[in-house]
Amino acid sequence: MRILIIEDDSETAAYVSKGLGEKGYLVDIAHNGKEGLVRAIGEDYDLAIVDRMLPELDGLSIVETLRKAEKDTPIIFLSALGGVNDRVKGLRSGGDDYLVKPFAFSELLARVEALLRRPASRVVETSLRVADLEMDLLARQVKRAGQMIELQPREFRLLEYLMRHAEQVVTRTMLLENVWDYHFDPQTNVIDVHISRLRQKIDKNFEPALLHTIRGAGYSLRDPD
Amino acid sequence: MPGTSPATRSYNRRLFHSRIFRLAVIYLCLFTASVLGLLGFIYWSATESVTRQIDSTINAEITGLAEQFNQRGLIGLVQAIERRAGTAGASRGLYILADESFEPIAGNLSRWPDEPPDSEGWITFRLEYPDDTGSSTNFGRARIFDLGPRFHLLVGHDIEERSRIAASIRGTLIWGVVIAIGVSLVGGILMSRSLLKQIDSINETSREIMAGDLSRRIPIGNRGDEIDEVAGNLNAMLDQIERLLAGMSEISDNIAHDLRTPISRLRTGLESALIGYADPEDYRDAIRSAIEEADNTLKTFNALLNIAQAEAGATQAQFEPLELQALLQDVGELYEPLAEEQGIQLKQDLTSDIVLKGDRNLLFQAVANLTDNALKFATADSCVTLTLRHETASGAGSKNAEIIVTDQGPGIPEADRERVLERFHRLEASRSTPGNGLGLSLVSAVAKLHGGALRLEDNAPGLRAVLSLPLS
Repeated sequence: MRILIIEDDSETAAYVSKGLGEKGYLVDIAHNGKEGLVRAIGEDYDLAIVDRMLPELDGLSIVETLRKAEKDTPIIFLSALGGVNDRVKGLRSGGDDYLVKPFAFSELLARVEALLRRPASRVVETSLRVADLEMDLLARQVKRAGQMIELQPREFRLLEYLMRHAEQVVTRTMLLENVWDYHFDPQTNVIDVHISRLRQKIDKNFEPALLHTIRGAGYSLRDPD
Repeated sequence: MPGTSPATRSYNRRLFHSRIFRLAVIYLCLFTASVLGLLGFIYWSATESVTRQIDSTINAEITGLAEQFNQRGLIGLVQAIERRAGTAGASRGLYILADESFEPIAGNLSRWPDEPPDSEGWITFRLEYPDDTGSSTNFGRARIFDLGPRFHLLVGHDIEERSRIAASIRGTLIWGVVIAIGVSLVGGILMSRSLLKQIDSINETSREIMAGDLSRRIPIGNRGDEIDEVAGNLNAMLDQIERLLAGMSEISDNIAHDLRTPISRLRTGLESALIGYADPEDYRDAIRSAIEEADNTLKTFNALLNIAQAEAGATQAQFEPLELQALLQDVGELYEPLAEEQGIQLKQDLTSDIVLKGDRNLLFQAVANLTDNALKFATADSCVTLTLRHETASGAGSKNAEIIVTDQGPGIPEADRERVLERFHRLEASRSTPGNGLGLSLVSAVAKLHGGALRLEDNAPGLRAVLSLPLS
């Protein structure tokens, strides 16, 4: 998997590139907007991480140009501009995700993996499966080891998101944005309570535990085998 | 001017350099030029018509005298000249009949004038009259007519009258211009002075403000003219700047006060890690807690930025029609498990269907903060309610949407209700609970952004927070 980082701050670029390199990604760095755009258009990357404020050409313009050129490389904005407006601007220009600096590497990695795992084809899945946990998206039913599990609508959406991103780390912010569809900073960890409720239902009477808390990062639904 | 102070001199210098004075001078020049043009024309046409009248009289007399000469010869002509010269005193007719060497034969002039005539025989010459006061010099205009080869006839008129008219018009002209210049100068100075005084007071106030006294305001006169309007607008602008600056300095005070603590904690933790631990796992713990500390600090920063953005009204562009009912249901649903875990009943009364234009994320954040607060302070087995309702403001008839969050916790003493809306303000009693003291400030800022307000009331017992948002 090849990732392009367009970032003028060499320290941030090196930090991100080192982290992604350790996870087995091939990383290229472009230090200004023009170079970044040329590379992003000319080569095939699986994902691009784009800073918003860049010398020569700003991030928004890069992404707008890419989208006009019908390049649908997934793009994560990385920016110190963290207002709600800035976010909306970034996503409207064609970005797929928006992360505000400073950020935890685990958060970036989780988002990178989520985007890379996005199904390339538009095939509509009708069921999801992690170990013996099954989700029927049409009947909206969940079973574990063949046993029916009753879920509230929101719990269903939460589990669906976790199952679609199985084996990956999913952060609390990602859950708020994708399951609740709000972008805000909760003062307390409200999400944790939802997770522990869900855990009660899918893990309590079963072995092994599938829903794991990743300290300092978020959660992950995975088959331990 | 001896005795004028330098200040007066500089004031005068500024007066004459002022724009209004320059405008007055320009206006004066144009005015003077037009007055000069008008009077010049009157002068020219008046003298011209008098001259034409004199000329035609002279021509008629010459014709008459030439006829006399033709009919009655030299004797008749001399008689006619003597007769006319005799009565000429009043009408100032001038006559000379001279021989070929220009020696006078008859007439009322003592000698033939020296000035040369023009091609048609017209001549303007000096006259010397014996007068009561000695002799006076007048000018005469005459035409010379040759009677055969031997006699020269000169018939003319004293043009003193014409000169008098011309002089009187000239006098009027000069005085008119002088008076016009004088009046305009004085008017210009007076106008400039009054305007300069008003502008000076604006300048003086601006200088004082630049020197640091932000509370100064420009005195506004009671004329209600443009200058007063400018002064009023400047004052309003100054009010706004002062408010913003006060807000800024409050923020920096708060940052200094409340962010220094977590950052120094972070530093202490890192320093003790640097000194060394026996167990490598301790290092990991130290790093973890440092990251946590940094994250909390960032969260506080973000909250501050959100408040600042909401207060600046910068996000109003993001407004969209929102179904408040759905939004509150989402908040309720998000917090319901947390409430249940704490043994608190979260009641929702969201029957009113209200659509409001607003910022979806900020409103969600605001209601979430209120709910969060209520749950934080509610005692176990108590009840927190989330209500949405229409409220018609008394009198005005304008409709508000009210989002009400109540708890049965300790509440906030009436004296403190204003202060808890300030940034970082936390009541002593709540110091031990988690939170950065920004929650209610953000709610208040979001309310203001939507043109509404946050009211804190007594729920007896507990707190009743009312987020009131105008519907138009």
